[in-house]
Amino acid sequence: MTDDWRPSASIETLKARAATLATVRAFFAVRGIIEIDTPVLGRTTVTDPAIDSLTLEVAGAPRYLQTSPEFHLKRVLAAGAPSVARIGSVFRADESGRIHNPEFTMVEWYRLGFDLDAIIDDTCELVDHVLGPDSYQRISYAALISRFDVDVFESSIAELTVAARAAGAGGDVDGWSRRELLDFLVAEALRRSSGRVLVVAYPPDQAALARVVHDEEGRSVAARFELVIDGIEIANGYDELTDADVLAARMRADREDRRKRNRTVYEADERLLAALAAGLPPCSGVALGFDRLFMLSRGLPDLASALPFSFERA
Amino acid sequence: MANYSTNEFKSGLKVLLDGEPCAIVENEYVKPGKGQAFNRVRLRNLRTGRMWERTFKSGESIPGADVVDMNMEYLYTDGEFWHFMKTDGSFEQIAADAKAVGDAEQWLKEQEVYIVTLWDDAPIAVAPPNFIVLEVTETDPGIKGDTATGGTKPATLSTGAIVRVPLFISIGDTLKVDTRTGTYVSRA
Repeated sequence: MTDDWRPSASIETLKARAATLATVRAFFAVRGIIEIDTPVLGRTTVTDPAIDSLTLEVAGAPRYLQTSPEFHLKRVLAAGAPSVARIGSVFRADESGRIHNPEFTMVEWYRLGFDLDAIIDDTCELVDHVLGPDSYQRISYAALISRFDVDVFESSIAELTVAARAAGAGGDVDGWSRRELLDFLVAEALRRSSGRVLVVAYPPDQAALARVVHDEEGRSVAARFELVIDGIEIANGYDELTDADVLAARMRADREDRRKRNRTVYEADERLLAALAAGLPPCSGVALGFDRLFMLSRGLPDLASALPFSFERA
Repeated sequence: MANYSTNEFKSGLKVLLDGEPCAIVENEYVKPGKGQAFNRVRLRNLRTGRMWERTFKSGESIPGADVVDMNMEYLYTDGEFWHFMKTDGSFEQIAADAKAVGDAEQWLKEQEVYIVTLWDDAPIAVAPPNFIVLEVTETDPGIKGDTATGGTKPATLSTGAIVRVPLFISIGDTLKVDTRTGTYVSRA
């Protein structure tokens, strides 16, 4: 007899999890943010270069398990909704490990009229509600990797390669792209960080769905932030891009990038583009990994023990 | 030797890294939400015993290493090499150098069976059994009956190893010793 039938979290943990979910919902309720239960199955999915979607065939047509509720929530906002949130499952193909589960609970919300600083404050408030208050260290992407003697704006790919090797990159490092080298260096810089770290001012080619703005020195940076707690990525937020033409161009570039690397090329979501063309009001939004935040709040060793049923037990 | 992709990485897998045979000790998948996935791997260099840490791009492959652990009986040393014989009935012998024998030298006893690690059929490491019985060749005279005071003294064993032993131990006694910690366990 095995214990495989049991939940991967203890009953005590499940009670605490329910309480934390209630805390998050109360946070939204008092701020007038309405919860929208967007679909899990979508007609299209993200074109993000580094996110693979799970595909199903439903009634003879392809459908995608959503990797985030972002596109549906933005369509709701463009249709005239107030600030919105969703708490629910999202899916990422092949992401499995100590702090990864292919299905996980994302808390994602959008605030009308908020800029990046305001959504950062909002995120920190929610985190304080769950973990208790603490200080937040704010650091730019460039400053984060300057410890490896590289400059995100200036360094050549050869210099980044040398720095990555020195920091422990193995295998065919000479074949890594600029983006892969930067991803590695940032992950290395953050992995041993402790406490709550806010990374800001991402390079413009990592804007994803954030607006690109100018920093104090006149350089283009993405209005994007990430929150990392004790070395674990918890949240990712943007001052949202509202220009449909710019978004269409980014999606084309994403798809080209995926084609070059022999990864599945997903269709651009025309309905999202149409929503932006109709008018997405200025807003900022953030996606937060609920399971990870809850795991940290309970001092649990891995995601499985924070989930009712981990991937292996599901 | 086959190549292994990061999704085949698991504890114990023997791989070749920077030309050195290594065993994977730990493998963790890490992926930034919007970024490239990586495998953070801790490996033990099987020649030096040192721990290495490397991060690979998920999906990349590295060559496997032809490394096997084999039970072998220790025969003798000629001063330069230590000779072992396979216990599989083949009577095949191999000669390990000082680098391969390493710290195990102080535990080498004829006819005892050791785990010899072979890389491409050449010995790179020797591990003694966890417990071994050896004779005391040198120690201060034993204090008869003193089993209570808890005092210890050094004793040299037949293989050259020096261990702390209770005061009642005498030359000629045979002792059971834990080779992992180099400590006395009991009289044998």
